[in-house]
Amino acid sequence: MAAGPMKMRATIAGGNIDVRVLMTHPMTTAQSGQPLHFIQNVVVKQNGKTVIEAEISQAVSRNPVFTFRLKGGAKGDKIEVSWVDNKGDSNKIESAVA
Amino acid sequence: MKTTRRTLIAALGTLLLKPLAAFAAWNEQAFGAKTAADALKTLGASSPAASKDIVIEAPQIAENGAVVPIEVSSNIPGTSSIAVLIEKNPFPLAGRFEFKDGALPYVKLNVKMGETSDVRVIATAGGKHFAASREIKVTIGGCGG
Repeated sequence: MAAGPMKMRATIAGGNIDVRVLMTHPMTTAQSGQPLHFIQNVVVKQNGKTVIEAEISQAVSRNPVFTFRLKGGAKGDKIEVSWVDNKGDSNKIESAVA
Repeated sequence: MKTTRRTLIAALGTLLLKPLAAFAAWNEQAFGAKTAADALKTLGASSPAASKDIVIEAPQIAENGAVVPIEVSSNIPGTSSIAVLIEKNPFPLAGRFEFKDGALPYVKLNVKMGETSDVRVIATAGGKHFAASREIKVTIGGCGG
């Protein structure tokens, strides 16, 4: 399975912004007998400003789903989430806070 | 600006470096560590203080080790990063999250667990490291995925 599209929903919840993002990715481990293929870096931006930088390993489940929380945001804020994997593939998604 | 060979080379260099610079590097040493202790040493967090202000929400028993939901938050003021380690995985460090201005020290993710293990969470605040852990029992291991 190759890396595929992303889905994201950013909503106001309890005065914060909840960002729920899904990445289509095999996240294969060395133990699986398949080539090691996993997302290494994830960056979350709010209105163009980096708010979260993550480094992850092959221990994150296939088709990773993350929930992040941002404070002090508003409806319409632009949230962008991007990733890069160990093969240099990347993807990103942007949507406005609903 | 006049285009000389030098400025052209400099411009080319910037172009080549840009995609790399957009992302922070991946800590190969920490992620390649085979024990949680080694991973923590690499992260400079060898002896974290136990803290009750780190909240770990996870199932006590995970039926499927391929998808174990873990929700982590830190109530320690000034928390700037959170690391998640699964003690008994072949490579314990599962992720490290850096929270800048505007982000809450919170993350929910799904991880793979090879077997029943302690999940250890390290929160860093003001250069100090704090830890909490929680055991998750795994019925079917999930490292083959």
